[in-house]
Amino acid sequence: MTLAEQLPDAAVATRATVRDWREAVQLAGRGLVDQGATTERYTDEMLQALDDHGPYIVIAPGFALAHSRPSEAVLRAGLSWVSLAEPVEFGSEANDPVSLVIGLAAPDHQSHLEVMAELAGVLADDAVLAELMSADSAADVRSILNRVAHGDAASTPEDSGM
Amino acid sequence: MKIVAVCGMGIGTSVLLKMNAEKALRAMDVDGDVEAADIGTARGAARTADIVLTSAELAEEVGEVSAKVIVINNFTDVNEITEKLDQSIER
Repeated sequence: MTLAEQLPDAAVATRATVRDWREAVQLAGRGLVDQGATTERYTDEMLQALDDHGPYIVIAPGFALAHSRPSEAVLRAGLSWVSLAEPVEFGSEANDPVSLVIGLAAPDHQSHLEVMAELAGVLADDAVLAELMSADSAADVRSILNRVAHGDAASTPEDSGM
Repeated sequence: MKIVAVCGMGIGTSVLLKMNAEKALRAMDVDGDVEAADIGTARGAARTADIVLTSAELAEEVGEVSAKVIVINNFTDVNEITEKLDQSIER
């Protein structure tokens, strides 16, 4: 399954307004629950992970990958997408403030690897990422992702001459 | 060369980091295994590893290990990972 196929309308909130990082993660959790990937409990687990380990999920400038571990709260693998109208601070020294939160649920350690590889490619491309962050509908997000998946992205790390 | 990519849960950020570390090794033409681990198993995995890659937040939780701990700020930036690995790998 491609990244775009993993993002039904119920999984996507664009240009959302939130008060703080907690609300942003709750919205990412909502997208997972609404598409039937997780129960509400998974959202609490994602928040707990942040309380326990700090904002380590903010892994790139402006980007957080909200997730917890495989558990009974995960019904199937799923992704959700929350882009923010105004970025919020997560407390990450290197990568605050955050404009895009992707929620991830996985029932095991393998089933989501293909989609993670696609995600890694998307996140590595600053131009695509900027475009995705300003997309204002689920259909827009999917069409950008589909275009990138078909190889029309500006550049990839592999061909940047390293 | 054994590298462990560490995140809190072992399914998300460490998987992205593992994928990009593998790209970095290929770019450097270095043979190596990269394994993703959660913070609970990281100390055990680090015992047999040469290098641990993780975030600033989790580096403290990993604590003292024999492997060299490298903090990566941007997990999606293969260039940063390549540069930091390059400084640590003796060739």
